[in-house]
Amino acid sequence: MASFSAEVLQLDLAREAERICAALRAQVFGELKRRGAVVGLSGGIDSSVVGALCARALGPARVLGLLMPERESAAETLGLSRALAQHLQIPTEVEEISPVLDGLGCYRRRDAAIRAVAPEYGPGDTAKLVLPPVTEAARYNIFSLVIRSADGRERRLRLTPQAYLGIVAATNFKQRVRTMLAYYHADRLHYAVAGTPNRLEYDQGFFVKAGDGAADFKPIAHLYKSQVYALAEHLGVPESIRSRPPTTDTYPLAQGQDEFFFALPYAELDLCLWGKDHGVAAAAVAPAIGLTPAQVEQVFADIERKRLTTRYLHAEALLVEAVFADGASR
Amino acid sequence: MSEIEHRVRQFIIDNLLFGDEAAAPAPETSFLETRLIDSTGVLELVHFLETEFSISIADHELVPDNLDSLRKIGALVTRKQPRRADPLAPSRSGAGEEAGDG
Repeated sequence: MASFSAEVLQLDLAREAERICAALRAQVFGELKRRGAVVGLSGGIDSSVVGALCARALGPARVLGLLMPERESAAETLGLSRALAQHLQIPTEVEEISPVLDGLGCYRRRDAAIRAVAPEYGPGDTAKLVLPPVTEAARYNIFSLVIRSADGRERRLRLTPQAYLGIVAATNFKQRVRTMLAYYHADRLHYAVAGTPNRLEYDQGFFVKAGDGAADFKPIAHLYKSQVYALAEHLGVPESIRSRPPTTDTYPLAQGQDEFFFALPYAELDLCLWGKDHGVAAAAVAPAIGLTPAQVEQVFADIERKRLTTRYLHAEALLVEAVFADGASR
Repeated sequence: MSEIEHRVRQFIIDNLLFGDEAAAPAPETSFLETRLIDSTGVLELVHFLETEFSISIADHELVPDNLDSLRKIGALVTRKQPRRADPLAPSRSGAGEEAGDG
């Protein structure tokens, strides 16, 4: 048997771009009957690729790039998003969402939840949630709170269930406010809203229900993250975006996606997910990514666990019985 | 079933099974295999154990070997609790075991 390697993720990029663009045109103009698309641009790779695909499929004039920074966004977020929009020649709107988040109590509620476990947390301090590496033998996926004090010292704290849920609930305002604004502009322009999850995020439930999980179409949800990077290069997404490490850009202390949710760098997780879904044994996947077979088994188990525990995020509202005659949830 | 296991079982019934006594795990049942507990549930369980039994569980101890069944939890809590005092020793007997009984 040929040895398992990252080659399994290689795509015919020109063909894939064309296939997605054809689907986009059929979905937006045909099925959804909308005149264009709103894409929330974060300066990250996924939204940049979705923006580029929409511009190519629908025409740049029919795509609105929405830039929605807040006071805790990384400094480079706005510049990268602007550079992309300029490159794609799509119109943009900037919505600074900090005042809305203030009004909702996003920061205040989150900081109160943090202070429940770290009473000294105050102005100038920053915080983020982190997971242990999934490859550590048989650990639970329990978040810790990392606090960096104003003088640069970092410490890690265990969360109570109330503090953990409180921090997540308050932080989710950010994604939900952005979705609300995307739909405002979509309604105003009679456009559809593009969702930007890649396969890892979609499969593993790394999104906020009724936040970034809500969209009218999700054109890269079938693509592994490494494929998204490859497509970005093919589509001419600027190097400054392609070389940026994946970040959640959600917590005040900079946080990599791999420490927040995936607990493994994306290139390795891509191969584990592909291997698991194609029946490749852990022992065959392991050498390709420099892990032991036992560690890959841990990753496989973690993938399955996340699928189960995030099923709720994908679920539509449940009905007691079907309402439409054909049984569809519609 | 030990007193510790019984108290943990009751916590699980009340908080993770929403009162469904019939679904309560047997002493050796794996919580992970039966999908009884998710990561929020683990946090709740650990918080309960620390307050109910006045023990402290370190991060490196948060592993299925210690927490994945009533029996394993019983063993962990027993190891962690202050030993029942020698009747001849000066008092401070069993402070851990009595705390949180409410």
